[in-house]
Amino acid sequence: MFRRSFNRFCAGEEKRVGTRTVFVGNHPVSETEAYIAQKFCDNRIISSKYTLWNFLPKNLFEQFRRIANFYFLIIFLIQVTVDTPTSPITSGLPLFFVITVTAIKQGYEDWLRHRADNEVNKSTVYIIENAKRVKKESEKIKVGDIVEVQADETFPCDLILLSSCTVDGTCYVTTASLDGESNCKTHYAVRDTIELRTVESIDNLRAAIECEQPQSDLYKFVGRINIYSNSLEAVARSLGPENLLLKGATLKNTKKIYGVAVYTGMETKMALNYQGKSQKRSAVEKSINAFLIVYLFILLTKAAICTTLKYVWQSTPYNDEPWYNQKTQKERETWKVLKMFTDFLSFMVLFNFIIPVSMYVTVEMQKFLGSFFISWDNDFYDEEINEGALVNTSDLNEELGQVDYVFTDKTGTLTENSMEFIECCIDGHKYKGVAQETDGLSQTDGPLPYLDRADKNREELFLRALCLCHTVEVKPNDTVDGVTESSELTYMSSSPDEIALVKGAKKYGFTFVGVQNGYMRVENQRKEIEEYELLHTLNFDSVRRRMSVIVKTQSGDILLFCKGADSAVFPRVQNHEIDLIKVHVEHNAMEGYRTLCIAFKEIAPDDYERVNRQLIEAKMALQDREEKMEKVFDEIETDMHLIGATAVEDKLQDQAAETIEALHAAGLKVWVLTGDKMETAKSTCYACRLFQTNTELLELTTKTIEESERKEDRLHELLTEYRKKLLREFPKSTRSLKKAWTEHQEYGLIIDGSTLSLILNSSQDSGSNNYRSIFLQICMKCTAVLCCRMAPLQKAQIVRMVKNLKGSPITLSIGDGANDVSMILESHVGIGIKGKEGRQASRNSDYAVPKFKHLKKLLLAHGHLYYVRIAHLVQYFFYKPLYDAAYLTMYNICFTSLPILAYSLLEQHINIDTLTSDPRLYMKISGNAMLQLGPFLYWTFLAAFEGTVFFFGTYFLFQTTSLDENGKVYGNWTFGTIIFTILVFTVTLKLALDTRFWTWINHLVIWGSLAFYVFFSFFWGGIIWPFLKQQRMYFIFAQMLSSVSIWLTIILLIFVSLSPEMLRIVLRSVRRRKSES
Amino acid sequence: MTWSATARGAHQPDNTAFTQQRLPAWHPLLSASIALPLFFCAGLAFIGLGLGLYYSSNGIKELAYDYTGDPGTGNCSVCATAGQGRAPPPPCSCAWYFSLPELFQGPVYLYYELTNFYQNNRRYGVSRDDSQLSGLPSSLRHPVNECAPYQYSAAGLPIAPCGAIANSLFNDSFSLWHQRQPNGPYVEVPLDRTGIAWWTDYHVKFRNPPLVNGSLALAFRGTAPPPNWHRPVYELSPDPNNTGFINQDFVVWMRTAALPTFRKLYARIRQGNYSAGLPRGAYRVNITYNYPVRAFSGHKRLIFSSISWMGGKNPFLGIAYLLVGSLCIFVGFVMLVVYIRYQDQNEDEEDDE
Repeated sequence: MFRRSFNRFCAGEEKRVGTRTVFVGNHPVSETEAYIAQKFCDNRIISSKYTLWNFLPKNLFEQFRRIANFYFLIIFLIQVTVDTPTSPITSGLPLFFVITVTAIKQGYEDWLRHRADNEVNKSTVYIIENAKRVKKESEKIKVGDIVEVQADETFPCDLILLSSCTVDGTCYVTTASLDGESNCKTHYAVRDTIELRTVESIDNLRAAIECEQPQSDLYKFVGRINIYSNSLEAVARSLGPENLLLKGATLKNTKKIYGVAVYTGMETKMALNYQGKSQKRSAVEKSINAFLIVYLFILLTKAAICTTLKYVWQSTPYNDEPWYNQKTQKERETWKVLKMFTDFLSFMVLFNFIIPVSMYVTVEMQKFLGSFFISWDNDFYDEEINEGALVNTSDLNEELGQVDYVFTDKTGTLTENSMEFIECCIDGHKYKGVAQETDGLSQTDGPLPYLDRADKNREELFLRALCLCHTVEVKPNDTVDGVTESSELTYMSSSPDEIALVKGAKKYGFTFVGVQNGYMRVENQRKEIEEYELLHTLNFDSVRRRMSVIVKTQSGDILLFCKGADSAVFPRVQNHEIDLIKVHVEHNAMEGYRTLCIAFKEIAPDDYERVNRQLIEAKMALQDREEKMEKVFDEIETDMHLIGATAVEDKLQDQAAETIEALHAAGLKVWVLTGDKMETAKSTCYACRLFQTNTELLELTTKTIEESERKEDRLHELLTEYRKKLLREFPKSTRSLKKAWTEHQEYGLIIDGSTLSLILNSSQDSGSNNYRSIFLQICMKCTAVLCCRMAPLQKAQIVRMVKNLKGSPITLSIGDGANDVSMILESHVGIGIKGKEGRQASRNSDYAVPKFKHLKKLLLAHGHLYYVRIAHLVQYFFYKPLYDAAYLTMYNICFTSLPILAYSLLEQHINIDTLTSDPRLYMKISGNAMLQLGPFLYWTFLAAFEGTVFFFGTYFLFQTTSLDENGKVYGNWTFGTIIFTILVFTVTLKLALDTRFWTWINHLVIWGSLAFYVFFSFFWGGIIWPFLKQQRMYFIFAQMLSSVSIWLTIILLIFVSLSPEMLRIVLRSVRRRKSES
Repeated sequence: MTWSATARGAHQPDNTAFTQQRLPAWHPLLSASIALPLFFCAGLAFIGLGLGLYYSSNGIKELAYDYTGDPGTGNCSVCATAGQGRAPPPPCSCAWYFSLPELFQGPVYLYYELTNFYQNNRRYGVSRDDSQLSGLPSSLRHPVNECAPYQYSAAGLPIAPCGAIANSLFNDSFSLWHQRQPNGPYVEVPLDRTGIAWWTDYHVKFRNPPLVNGSLALAFRGTAPPPNWHRPVYELSPDPNNTGFINQDFVVWMRTAALPTFRKLYARIRQGNYSAGLPRGAYRVNITYNYPVRAFSGHKRLIFSSISWMGGKNPFLGIAYLLVGSLCIFVGFVMLVVYIRYQDQNEDEEDDE
């Protein structure tokens, strides 16, 4: 099938690295051969980072890798060792606090992962041991164990299918959680083991499997099984991917199977496709780090200058050691250079408050608390699964406001993964909507001009065709709960399309009842059962893109029904019939429906004899069975009569199209990465308006490339051609791209997995890098990119590729299945959909929402707000500009942190509704706009200005005998307290100026913190604290407030330092009013 | 976090205003129509205040005299050269003569000023033991390490009060003499040396150690005075309420100054005939010149100053208020112009439309 060609394509990509030999059931195959137990890893899945023992050192190590933490650690150590003006507690305590809080948080998160792992590892499985069924925990499975799996269970490890309960040794498997394909796939057992259907017989099997070492490609497996029957001669059979059952896939429609474990635990293909979870850092944090480095530089310069100045000042002996302030003996004896160095360090410590340790605490708190708002949001609540959003990482809230690229999975993310029959057209007559039972084929809504009905016979023929030409199986309703519920019958099929068609036919009165003894039974509109003998079937495959059945009616006519894609069917029908239907098909394709054409042919009995013979012959063939059958069918499928066409909608998720449009309008680039077929993916893309009707599609697929001899040449050709085309269109740099989109022709790119691997992996050639860069250039100029047939790791590869682009754009991945996990982990922000395909995605994601549409609000509203909030928060902290130890500590933590915390949690500078409805606002903050140099400089200069005002204001105030009416003088602690008071008030009031969203919490916190400051100062100065060495703050504050002059100074200076900000706000409001009118 | 989902289980999130971020909120907009009147009002208020401050500052009289004794500046130069480079310098006395043509409005305060003296030096500033000064006997015997090198005397006795600040206590003393009639006798003007320290410092923060047998001297037995002191701490004053650690000069000195040029209150003149101020006439200040400042090129000054509601003479505050006030009004006008300009433009545009 398609996969085969894909595999053929990929073969040789990766070299085989050795082989492993697995003894089935861990029985030695023969006494003569020595049994060498190979060491394989056990079947435990570990996604957690820490264990109980390594948690502390590992976590500490990771935390101190953060520049800031490391810096504060150094400062703390300096303070402990060197004689410094401030006590080590001032920096040690907050640091300790930060580290502890983070460690607890990460520990808790890891504990959750442990629990999730345990859930998987401790699940029960049945292993055949000594001819007995033994119940075991999943993690105990060893390579070579024979495992029994029941229907609807997931495979606990990678198994080689030995036998199933069916006669032909097949089983059906859905790999939805691996690659997103929800249809059932058939896997085969090796012929020699098919019969071993009981516990005893399977235990007697003596066989050895040789297979390659574990590798991550899901669609590739090479192995050989040597079966030793009683005669010692071994029978060797080759094993391919069709024999391998992957961990994570689910057994469907088959009662039970026996398989032998070949890859276990972390060596399974699923685990290999799973990427380790690394700590993600947001762009804001990178900005913070950048600022931090700037400030660190300032700090070092400052300390250096101060040290120099100190020694210049001290060069006059009476300054160095005046008689009133002599040095100790020890101080005199200290080596000069060492002294200078410690002086430098203590200056650094003194000024280290320009880098606020508490900022990290506050940022952490803000993120942590802020993430609650996401999980609390009622708009993210989905009634179907009865859950709201889930936040796994709180570090990335603001990153949601910074996304440039969105990578989305298709199945289950964009679409609901359920098909619905929308309309059909018979001989050019369109039928749509729900038909009334009595009327049979009545239509419909919509005043279409040609709503007259086709000939009754044709109608019935068409519906019979729908009922017959499929591979649907019927199951009594009681077994499976409501997957495809109907009144009495449950249809099961490898393709949801077929179910949709059969159900569609049912709506019009023709019910497929089931297959009995080789007869297909159809209940017609008159409730009569018609029986058709099913003679031959050729399944749908994506190369032929059609399927056919040959049936014999009760009256003995032999009919061939064929359904398939228009491109496959049209050439094989009589020409005059095409036109009418073609209009419909094209129209439907525009709408994003999947269309299939139905054709039939009557086969004369003589012809049938011949065909039958050929087909039987082909079926008997040992090799290339399918190819031979295809050939026979190809011969018959000519000159058919086209009856009609159907349109099936792969139902999009609610508002998926609107969301995509909004994301586009917000300047995001949306890429769809799917494991699905190209055609399906393409139609979905049209449906969700990722591709507009006028979008010009550039295809880089196996289809376009395989036509030529040398694939790479052709690829090269295509690449250059596309690039030329695009460059012509957008001669300017990518900067103007957003603008250009609206004016120019839009381009969409379609690429599939095999081509992608060709581009990315053809590294042997000199031109490989070239391909890559050309490809990237093309990608960047396309509004939308669709990647289909992607293996999970390839998805991650793409994300990584984009991530490493120039300017390192922020990427967001959204997906629902296990196949999206690697992509989710790779991108900056990973979002999981709590869909039907299990929970791996949401477990590994940073955020999980129930539906795709929630992405819109998540990005546009929450992301925007969080970004603005955190940007402000960070700037504010760097703005906050020395003094008593307690005050210093309290300053950052208590007096000024709470208001900004409240601000950063509650601020909504623009209404949420406005944000959701106007995606263009998102563009304004993209590219980390608020944390660039400009605003940063503004805040820094503002801080410098205010610092100057504070100091010199107070300095000039002190140029007097006394500040009090009783003539007493004030000391240096008063001086400091004045400055500090002004500082606290200014900083808090400035925040009040910037707050545009005053809830009662803001009021409480802002005024409360000022009140608290005053209260604290009284309290701190009002008591002789027995544990303090120096009572220097005693009564300073109260004494200070008794002076009128100081009051006046404080008011004046606060006003002066706030006025620039006030001016700025007023000017902005004037300007805004202008722009509004 | 995750537990928000697990703890709530499969429940719908609370639909409260807080969780949905829909708390009622006030959206203040600092628009021009609010800010302009604000600026004008603030400007006017500031100018008014500034004028008041300026005039009251100007009403304050100050009389200062530099008695450092730079060569040729008066009779203190003899003392200055005599004490050069020696610590402790030999006692020396000199005098400052001045006359007041009119009444120096009281109450009058006498300050001394030191320049280039870094009381705010960190090493200096921490060199004290507050618990010793609060009268704790254990601290009296064991001063804190910050006091080094003035922690223990050469003989190994603990220094009380320890530390560089105490050791460098200002020890010049002054007495004021008034000559009512020309060539008449000089009468000593009573200087009130109490009530010059903060009430809290004097009554709470600084305490003498508990008396031993009713004697302060015994309480201090086993300690040494700071090396620069001529007499032990319990002999600073004969007044038992003003000696030891609660000597007011000492307490004032221990409140370290913020800037290298600083003034400290020496005495208040408020008794007898001088409660209304210093009457006209000739005056003499007798100075006991002990304190060496030439070593660090500092200066010593003596200042008589009156005090108003806003404290001592300081034109800065008044000028600053005037300046800021006028700036406010200026900025207000500029904004008004900008505002009107925009308004006009808007109207024009509306007309065009």
